[in-house]
Amino acid sequence: MIAGSLIRSAALVPAHPWPRRRLPGELWATMAAALAGTPGLDLLAMWADESEVYALLLDPAVPEALVASVGVVGGAYASLSRARPVAAWFDRMIHDLWGHVADGGVDQRPWLDHGVWPMHRPMSGRAAAVSIPPQPPEFLPVDGQDIHQLALGPIRAGIIEAGHWRLQCDGETVLRAELRLGYTHKGTLGLLRGKSARAAARFAARLSGDATVAHAIAFARAAEAATQTPAPPRAAVLRAIMAELERLANHCGDVGAICEAAGAVAMAARLGLHREQVLRASAEAFGHRLMMDCVIPGGVVGDIAPGGAVAIGRALDGIDEDIDEIRRFDEPGGPLAGRLVGIGRIDAALAQGLAAGGPVGRASGRGHDCRLVPGYAPYDRFEVEPVLLRAGDVDARVRVRVGELAVAMGLVRRMLPGLPDGAVSVALPPGSGEGLGWAEAFRGDCWCWLRLESGLISSGFLADPSWRHLPAAEQAARDGEVGDFPLIERSINLSCSGIDL
Amino acid sequence: MAWRRLASNLLRGPVGEAMEPPPPQTVLALSQRLEAAARRRLGHGLGLLHVDAGSCNGCELELAALGNVVYDLERFGLRFVASPRHADVLLVTGPLARNMHEAIGRAFVATAEPKWVVALGDCAVDFGVFKGSYAIGESPVAFDLTVRGCPPAPAQILEGLLALLEANR
Repeated sequence: MIAGSLIRSAALVPAHPWPRRRLPGELWATMAAALAGTPGLDLLAMWADESEVYALLLDPAVPEALVASVGVVGGAYASLSRARPVAAWFDRMIHDLWGHVADGGVDQRPWLDHGVWPMHRPMSGRAAAVSIPPQPPEFLPVDGQDIHQLALGPIRAGIIEAGHWRLQCDGETVLRAELRLGYTHKGTLGLLRGKSARAAARFAARLSGDATVAHAIAFARAAEAATQTPAPPRAAVLRAIMAELERLANHCGDVGAICEAAGAVAMAARLGLHREQVLRASAEAFGHRLMMDCVIPGGVVGDIAPGGAVAIGRALDGIDEDIDEIRRFDEPGGPLAGRLVGIGRIDAALAQGLAAGGPVGRASGRGHDCRLVPGYAPYDRFEVEPVLLRAGDVDARVRVRVGELAVAMGLVRRMLPGLPDGAVSVALPPGSGEGLGWAEAFRGDCWCWLRLESGLISSGFLADPSWRHLPAAEQAARDGEVGDFPLIERSINLSCSGIDL
Repeated sequence: MAWRRLASNLLRGPVGEAMEPPPPQTVLALSQRLEAAARRRLGHGLGLLHVDAGSCNGCELELAALGNVVYDLERFGLRFVASPRHADVLLVTGPLARNMHEAIGRAFVATAEPKWVVALGDCAVDFGVFKGSYAIGESPVAFDLTVRGCPPAPAQILEGLLALLEANR
């Protein structure tokens, strides 16, 4: 753990639950080089403020995440992208929002800034006027004869988020797939600043609507860590019930979408119905179909409604009726027999290197689940049984989701009857401090880092696992057939909004 | 097991009518009125093109729900299309991210008359919680209708499409 020891040798900056390490420039550069020889230390996210660049790292064998930072000198910092390819996308985001340059970065192309904002470097405090008209995007080239390109998006066919896929193909074979994002950039990080955690929670809830509960939990826990004011036990369990309902609804939706794309329409219809029933039960129990804005810093906005538990139970019973059939989706005689096997493969080394989370990681042998490591309440009292596969193809990703349906239902059924008594929220004191929060969404581990000054956010970042799945998606599409691309894309299910910020 | 499923499905009737809330009768009635209005106006079904202009994807989830067996939009000739050239209605979601302005403008130009543009969800209606951000700006195309909600529930979206057609009759 060379890189880890280097980080731990640096000066401490008070933060919760663990102090941040501020590395001098040379130590950061040494650490960047040492990361190549430290395969177990995962890079989960990077962000910046006016003067520093931050990296969030985790060794899944150690229940303690590391936040390391380095001062930006002469407008630059040493890139981590040689040792951790995913850092290239963070580098590009940091450049577009703050103007810091990643020295030695493997990719310096613009990312979120398409040249149409009123200014460049909007977060930097030294925003620059836009002087040249927007430039067309540059895609990585492919050498060879008779290569043709497929351009998909930003307005896609169907109900999909805005993004632009560029597939370079030789006949039916995809030689290179590249995803250009930024289309849904709405300036979320800038809007966080200067607001109380309570007021800013709705931005976390809208980073990625499908994971609104998980991001709201990560955000709330970061604010609670910064002010050292934990949410009451009843709130922790209510949050977990909401998060597991969100997981159920999304897994039903994702598996259903793959079934539909692969032609198994009857199964897709059943799963769509189950998703709808979970959403309606969520609305009955918590007042909103997606449970948006139900989780707030300090707890939850309200208690579960009197008929809520019964409604949730009904929705789960409905899934139970079908679960055996859903499990057999891919068996001989099942609706998708063999169709998903072997396509869109993400091998274990790629998943480890990118620290792929959620079903994407767990289908490729990376078992990390932040409910377990670092862990958080109330999952210390309700055991999460991990679902882990190794094949890394579309089939395995669907299987992990199907397996997690049963796990999530079990969790909800155990949590509902044993709700602790007491308040559902506490008021956070208007203090100062730095905090880190996390929550496991249906898509993977979501992280939030906040710095509060006198109760107002001075800097913050919301990290969706999609950052780490994007390079995996590009690789998974490679060497596959064009016709398999929709299945591969759906099986990974990136959140464009989660990355675009 | 297959025969049991078949038998129970035959006896159970359409799932769409067994759901609550909202009352399925409301959804059904709404959908049928919408269908009638669409036929009067266009003589055929209504093609809907979804345009994400910076949405958090919450509106997308509820739009997608219109296709599930409970709402089952396609029963009535309402369908999501893949190209502006096939569309009658552009459903714009999200707070009008500037990075999407050019694409929205081009999609509008590519859509044949008669055409309508719907601002779907609070963000598209008035930027929602994202008011004041540098990254968003006034829509490059005018809206014929606004549907509020964060996100609007599927039944509200149906109501909105109906209002659009009746107002243009």
